[in-house]
Amino acid sequence: MAFVELKHVTKRFKNEEVLKDISLAIPPGELFGLLGPSGSGKTTLIKMMLGLLQPTSGTANIENTTMPSLKQMRTIGYMAQSDALYNDLTARENLLFFASIYGIRKSRRKRRVEEIAKMVDLTDHLDKLLATFSGGMLRRMSLAAALMHYPKLLVLDEPTVGIDPVLRASIWRDLKDLQNQGTTIILTTHVMDEAEKCDRLAMLRDGRIIAQGSPDELQSESHANSLEEAFLYYGQHGASRRMV
Amino acid sequence: MRIWAIAKRIMQQMVRDKRSMALLFIAPLFIMTLLWLVFDGGDYEPAIAVSDLPAPFEKALEKQDVHLESMTPQQAHQALENQEVDAFVFEKNRHIHMTVEGSDATATGAVKNALIQASEELAPKKQALDVAYLYGSDDLNMFDNIGSALIAFFVFFFTFLISGISFLRERTQGTLERLLAMPVKRYEIVAGYFLGFGIFVVVQSVLVVLYAVLVLDIYMVGQLWEVLIVAILLAFSALGLGTLLSTFANNEFQVMQFIPIVVVPQIFFVGLFHFGYDWLEKIGKIMPLHYGADALKEIMIRNRPLTDIWIDLTVIAGLAIVFLLLNVVALKKYRKL
Repeated sequence: MAFVELKHVTKRFKNEEVLKDISLAIPPGELFGLLGPSGSGKTTLIKMMLGLLQPTSGTANIENTTMPSLKQMRTIGYMAQSDALYNDLTARENLLFFASIYGIRKSRRKRRVEEIAKMVDLTDHLDKLLATFSGGMLRRMSLAAALMHYPKLLVLDEPTVGIDPVLRASIWRDLKDLQNQGTTIILTTHVMDEAEKCDRLAMLRDGRIIAQGSPDELQSESHANSLEEAFLYYGQHGASRRMV
Repeated sequence: MRIWAIAKRIMQQMVRDKRSMALLFIAPLFIMTLLWLVFDGGDYEPAIAVSDLPAPFEKALEKQDVHLESMTPQQAHQALENQEVDAFVFEKNRHIHMTVEGSDATATGAVKNALIQASEELAPKKQALDVAYLYGSDDLNMFDNIGSALIAFFVFFFTFLISGISFLRERTQGTLERLLAMPVKRYEIVAGYFLGFGIFVVVQSVLVVLYAVLVLDIYMVGQLWEVLIVAILLAFSALGLGTLLSTFANNEFQVMQFIPIVVVPQIFFVGLFHFGYDWLEKIGKIMPLHYGADALKEIMIRNRPLTDIWIDLTVIAGLAIVFLLLNVVALKKYRKL
């Protein structure tokens, strides 16, 4: 049973076809990666999953419900490429705001904010204005806001871009923990060594999925020594039927 | 309660944004004071150079609000050239002649006025004229006359500006997208904004009206609460229009571009000017400011009760509602549901 399913999704902006006949099925509990260079359509694809964009043709379903669906949105956490926070408010005010938008009851909100701040290691900074935060702190805040409501599905657009290796490792630890607790995670990346940490991958190029499978499968099928080589291979030869 | 959560967040942001608060609350009062000083500060007192005037005429002229200086014609022409005097008055062949500097219409008008008054004094008209005022009074000055339109304009303009830019920021900083990926309905976002800003806008309207009436002592015979209701309704329509139009702007500068297109032309339809063309007057009927200024004038100068201006009130409130509903629809651009 797929948790997230895209069937023959095509997206056209004016005359430009940004996504071409994309089909994906992501089972619950998986850590799924969308790998591709910038401009390949990764962000458009996840916005389609979230219902923030409508497919020109095809369908995007979460738990068999066509997106956008307010019911499904309750179970999704989304961390966009931009931090998308209110810089003129404190971290606590931001988190309390998102908690109330997610409909967390007032009695639970304060405790949840403390919990989540501890998880992303921002407890000491809760009452500071975001305008004073560093880039890495803002990324962690953004992740915290997406995790506020114990989402069943976490969608992350380039979660580790522009942050230092230590922080990147800590975010990956958090993601693995969440996955162990049963959260389905979809993330986009253009970094090969991050892609290797995913259970399964879809390689995206010019709006088309050129291959999908586990990192090991993709490498062995293309007789490559690295994902990077595999990506180049599929870009030239296309994938075999078995893989797509 | 998501609407309240959004409203509360906007209030937190506003309170922290001292500059926006100042723009909303202090700027209208400041500009109104300047206009008051211009229009209420008495008439312009022209400086007139005179040379060899008949004594009775010079005496009559002295009684007007003018500043007279005796000069030779050569001196006078030099003074005119240097803009030290506004006019040169002299007698030639039993006629009074006047040369005006001419580049300042206000000064020219004041000089002409003084000369007419002076000649009338020498040869009074036979027919005396008593003027009775149905509304207003003979000390209703320019500021009293345009004051109601000014209140309408400032309430409208500053509300439009602040709400437009704030709603835009929601989009450019990416938080609108984050919100729309959350279980929040489009109408809840619009309503949250309306409520959050609504409180500041009400405070602003009250401040502007009280300042105009109590401090600047603008002519006002109507009920204060009625004026407040009109001002607040008008501010709501500006709030609706500001947030609606910001949906079609991609950055702060594009919001500013709406000002000369949407806000400034409305000044011409608030009753300050009279057009010679009927079709132009009709264009005003689609502008919220036209109704706001009209309603305020009816209350402040003519003491009409709200029931007499229900058309104005309905149009303003109706426009506010239409703008808000259109905004809910316009947000479909970002999420279909």
